[in-house]
Amino acid sequence: MIRSLYIFRASIIALLATLAVCLSGVALADWAPKKPVDFIIMAGKGGGADKMARLMQSVIEQHGFSSKPFVPINKPGGSGAEALVHLKQKQGDDHTIMVTLNSFYTTPLRQPGLDVDISTFAPIGRMAEDTFLLWVHSESGINNVDDFVAAAKAAGNDWVMAGTGSGQEDQLLTTFLNKAYGLDIKYVPFKGGGAVAKQLAGKHCNSTVNNPSEQLGFYEAGTTKAIAAFTPERLPLFPDAPTFRELGQDYVYFMQRSVVGAPGMSAEAEAYYRNVFAQVYASDEWQAYMQKKSLRGGFLTGGALKSYWAAEKAIHEQMLKDIGEI
Amino acid sequence: METLDLLSQGFGLVLQPLNIALIIGGCALGLFIGAMPGLGSVNGVAILLPMTFLVPPAGAIIFLAAIYYGAMYGGAISSIMLGIPGASTAVATTFDGRPMALKGEADRALITAAGASFIGGTISVILFTLFAPPLAEVALAFGTAEEFALMMLAFATFVGLGGDDIPKTFFSIFIGLALSAVGLDIISGEPRLIFGDLPGFFHGINFLVLAIGIYGIGEILWTIESSGGKVTISQANITVRRIMDNLRGLASSAKAIIMGSFLGYFVGILPAAGATPGSIMAYGVAKTISKDPDSFGKGNVDGVAAPEAANNAASTGSMLPMLTLGIPGSPTTAILLGGMVIWGLEPGPMLFVDHQDFVWALIASLYVANVFALLINLLFIPGFVSVLRMPFTILAPIIFVLCVIGGYAPTQSMHDVWLMLVFGVVGYLMRKLDYPMAPAVLAIVLGPLAETSMRQSLLISDGSFMIFFSRPISGPIMLVAIALFLLPLIKRLRERGGRTT
Repeated sequence: MIRSLYIFRASIIALLATLAVCLSGVALADWAPKKPVDFIIMAGKGGGADKMARLMQSVIEQHGFSSKPFVPINKPGGSGAEALVHLKQKQGDDHTIMVTLNSFYTTPLRQPGLDVDISTFAPIGRMAEDTFLLWVHSESGINNVDDFVAAAKAAGNDWVMAGTGSGQEDQLLTTFLNKAYGLDIKYVPFKGGGAVAKQLAGKHCNSTVNNPSEQLGFYEAGTTKAIAAFTPERLPLFPDAPTFRELGQDYVYFMQRSVVGAPGMSAEAEAYYRNVFAQVYASDEWQAYMQKKSLRGGFLTGGALKSYWAAEKAIHEQMLKDIGEI
Repeated sequence: METLDLLSQGFGLVLQPLNIALIIGGCALGLFIGAMPGLGSVNGVAILLPMTFLVPPAGAIIFLAAIYYGAMYGGAISSIMLGIPGASTAVATTFDGRPMALKGEADRALITAAGASFIGGTISVILFTLFAPPLAEVALAFGTAEEFALMMLAFATFVGLGGDDIPKTFFSIFIGLALSAVGLDIISGEPRLIFGDLPGFFHGINFLVLAIGIYGIGEILWTIESSGGKVTISQANITVRRIMDNLRGLASSAKAIIMGSFLGYFVGILPAAGATPGSIMAYGVAKTISKDPDSFGKGNVDGVAAPEAANNAASTGSMLPMLTLGIPGSPTTAILLGGMVIWGLEPGPMLFVDHQDFVWALIASLYVANVFALLINLLFIPGFVSVLRMPFTILAPIIFVLCVIGGYAPTQSMHDVWLMLVFGVVGYLMRKLDYPMAPAVLAIVLGPLAETSMRQSLLISDGSFMIFFSRPISGPIMLVAIALFLLPLIKRLRERGGRTT
């Protein structure tokens, strides 16, 4: 009896689920891509954003989330300026979307001549926020931020921080450290997080503020270690690295990993991509990747994503003013 | 002996039917991707990456590595047959490969390229097997100062490249350096020389756009003029006997091949360098050590053998930092690293420890891929050679279309196609005025690497140039580079001295 009830209940659930799928199918059938979708990547091949975009693409293809393929196209020029201008020129296009990072805010602020207004881009989804940590070489004898500050103070301007790009995330974080602790760290820009990680492992620089995904390999090998995190709470992967909040500095910084659409994209297309990326976000592959690379943050879309952008843009404007870039 | 055990386990995995099929398929695909102008191993690997979830990670990396390998062989084909570099790694092959084809020695050039690729690939895989961990230390020891010293060495090997007209050579180098400065300045983050915010210049001038323009379009214009509209057909015959004769003829290039293999491998190991600088440097060195340097650029077989051995060796070399450090040694390995992430592997120093089966299967597959790439290549050579029997009136439009595709493919922007056409016309005019082209191509490849590493070093040293001389690795390299720069000068003074006495 109980068993038959169970079966009955299961079949009801199955029926409802089928109905739900059919209904959502009907709702989605309004719009679907008519040709392969241009999947612009605002960074070069092989970098963090590129790896992530190709993971998204592989999840979409593996699970058949989209009837048409997503074709990754790298447009790394000018810290994303090339990609932003390209997307802006695709006004009203329903087949062009882009993976962005924080240069989404900083590049238009630094180059007003581009005339790019990020609030016009279609908010498809924020897939994650990448975290930042302060890294030193394991043989440096530095175990915590106090050691770090003492060593960096003693070295003065000979203390070298290697980072990715100029006027971007890593330099903003370096400026924070200089201001907060009265240091005079020298910032030297490199092309990508991988090159930066190598500089530290080869002792060609003294510290980095890499994302976990960029430094994880050397961390696991015991070559480099994290001494503090720029996150609100400690990261599960790095329980021994205190946050700067714990250390009395009210400072938190993230890198957004979001997908945006061309400005003026039709509402139906926007809804379609939103659905695709919500499914990617919920997939086992994406969740596993987030956990492994110490990413955080929920799926954000629509108005919520737009206000997130507005807030982040204001923060970056202030930071860029502080370092005299604008 | 542990290494041999692991390697034999790797072979056990590679010699399974599925993996053998993947290697053969990958090599054949790579060969054609490499032979298509503009489409290089980077594009091939990137395009086929999503197809790899159908097989286990070891099979996937074997497949992609076979494509990478095949593309290194294939790049030589269009360089030799059409005079268009099939991939950036095969530009140096154009310098002598094309003249050989025009002399009716296309088969010899192709077979030398295939044989040299095989030897270069095999030597480098053996080096990889035996010395991976200590070489990883070498790669880590290379900082910005060392990278700059290495770039100086590359420029130095090229001083004599342009022939005797030194001012024209310098002019060509400076044109290349100026073009390489276009785009984003990595240190300040500001765009440079973008001609009034033309978005197409933001990503800089792709080196393939210049190379395809000069060698592809320039070549068509040149041939049209020199043939005066007459229909010409190149002589190209090939028999099994000629293939065997040519393979035996490889022995005469042994010095160039072995030099290219070692040089390419070591340059490939260094992160960010990759196979393109490696093959160009090997060409420069082959010319420097040759008994007959004047015949380079006019169809010297060593000028094909050295860069082809070097680019295959470098492609293996660039896998070393990828596997041991998780750092890409070339653009293609950067994509392969992305692939590992997708397959759920963590690239980095622990890969050799945690995923031994994966790593050794890849290394073993390189041995096997080399053999198959050589066989497939030799099999197709008669077909490739018959292309030359086409009259130029039919061939020229085909080359033109391939050039346009090649200019478009790397960045997918029409801007680069127009730019390529402009370079083609300018290249033709420069050639008419007897300016050497190779130094310009060299400068656009090495310019950004040299500039970035120099400025990073000077930032670290507060502007002191002593950083390049005071460090244990960069110091000696710089001294060798300076000696090489001065060598032609000393030679000339000696000659002059000899004449007066």
